[in-house]
Amino acid sequence: MNVTRGFTGRPRVQNSGLPPGQYDAGDDWPVLSAEVTPDLTPGEWTFRVDGLVEEPRTWNWDEAHALPGSVYAGDIHCVTSWSKFGVRFGGVSLDAFLSVVRPHASATHAVAYSHTGYTTNLPLADLTGGRAWIAWEYDGQPLAPEHGGPARLLVPHLYFWKSAKWIAGLRILDHDEPGFWEQNGYHARGNPWEEQRYSGD
Amino acid sequence: MTETFTPPTRFAVPGRIAVSNQTAAVWQSATITEIRRETPHASTVRLAVPAWAGHLPGQHLMLRLTAEDGYAAQRHYSIASAPDDSGHIELTLDHVEGGEVSGWFHTVARPGDRVEVRGPVSGFFAWPGDRPALLIGAGSGVVPLMSMVRHHRAHGLDVPLRLLVSARSPQELIYAREYGAETTPVFTRSAPEGVPVGRMAAAHVAPLLAEQPNGGWEAYVCGSNGFAEHASRLLVEAGQPVDRIRIERFG
Ligand SMILES: Cc1cc2nc3c(=O)[nH]c(=O)nc-3n(C[C@H](O)[C@H](O)[C@H](O)COP(=O)(O)OP(=O)(O)OC[C@H]3O[C@@H](n4cnc5c(N)ncnc54)[C@H](O)[C@@H]3O)c2cc1C
Repeated sequence: MNVTRGFTGRPRVQNSGLPPGQYDAGDDWPVLSAEVTPDLTPGEWTFRVDGLVEEPRTWNWDEAHALPGSVYAGDIHCVTSWSKFGVRFGGVSLDAFLSVVRPHASATHAVAYSHTGYTTNLPLADLTGGRAWIAWEYDGQPLAPEHGGPARLLVPHLYFWKSAKWIAGLRILDHDEPGFWEQNGYHARGNPWEEQRYSGD
Repeated sequence: MTETFTPPTRFAVPGRIAVSNQTAAVWQSATITEIRRETPHASTVRLAVPAWAGHLPGQHLMLRLTAEDGYAAQRHYSIASAPDDSGHIELTLDHVEGGEVSGWFHTVARPGDRVEVRGPVSGFFAWPGDRPALLIGAGSGVVPLMSMVRHHRAHGLDVPLRLLVSARSPQELIYAREYGAETTPVFTRSAPEGVPVGRMAAAHVAPLLAEQPNGGWEAYVCGSNGFAEHASRLLVEAGQPVDRIRIERFG
């Protein structure tokens, strides 16, 4: 351990619920995205799931909203070290979309892509079983554009760069294919509890 | 199935360079050799990093401080210095009120102290000096852009480079003495005699986009999220293609 002279840090809370290396951003919700925030209205938003599925399909705003609603209440963690406790997102569980398109037995991974063209890869197992959402509400309000509104992917058990903003679709694959940040040195999976920040972690 | 996935929309620009997974994953010890005050709220820290693998202008690193009980805090910082072979790099930190890491640098740190760094990380905001670059920053957002300006100068590059930098006042303008003809400062609270005071506006961006260099500008925007939103919108409204705008948001 390389102790830094004179560094004490903030008072620590035991069992704080913070993954290693993270700090509590409190009321702040920092924004990190590499591209220009798009002007995307709900009327223009679509969400498509294709690739290794029985029935590829595209949903528009109203069709997606007709699926059974689902809420995520819990914490989120960003690789830049902030975490946010007790957030509440509203939307639809990804399971609801996947049960319509029916992935093939050979499917193992997905690439999520956004209306800006941002991409990120995920193991299918991280997207199923009630662990991922298409979210359009934050704290009971429409999701703000700079946070990915009108709708974003939400995979709260992984670092937040996996939760693609302005989500446009999922391509289901039988292999892993690095997305934007993953090609830029970030970890393929991004589990905050194992501090999977950069590839090689 | 071996089909390679291509997103249906043009992306906001691919990464400029590949990042070495090796350097991105390893913490190295860095020794502070000098601390220089830039403005009342910002200081530059010079670090000796003997095993530094080198970087490109615009890249950042992860920095870690560790307390005696093992508690560690890590933050991202852009690299201010141009790539060179001195075995040193420089960072410039704003003193954030109540800030855990920047607070330590501004109140405790002194030459000889050791911290840990890991990087460089992210090739997305990097500028190897190959394309005309239009740089727009505010506050400490000028740090990675200054690395580009310094690189441009050190190599006498003739690829066009312009810097628009916003600061509250001349006293708050980081690296004020180093700017040359490539730079236009914008002051939001107070300015020298005869210089207008106000937010960065279309009028600052328009002349730069009117004089498009060969191949067009690659735009690099850096600062707080509020500033990044504002500046990137100005660029889009002035006609800069969205896929030629790279944004680094400090949070
Ligand atoms: C890619 C990237 C590059 C960056 N480059 C630079 C750079 O070149 N220069 C630079 O100066 N910054 C840079 N930053 C920002 C930097 O990473 C830090 O966010 C910044 O230095 C603040 O860190 P800190 O530990 O000092 O403050 P933090 O401790 O993180 O605090 C941030 C704010 O939250 C408040 N706060 C948070 N938690 C608490 C608490 N428990 N109690 C009281 N107050 C609290 C603080 O008062 C403060 O206002 C960069 C960020 C990114 C993402």
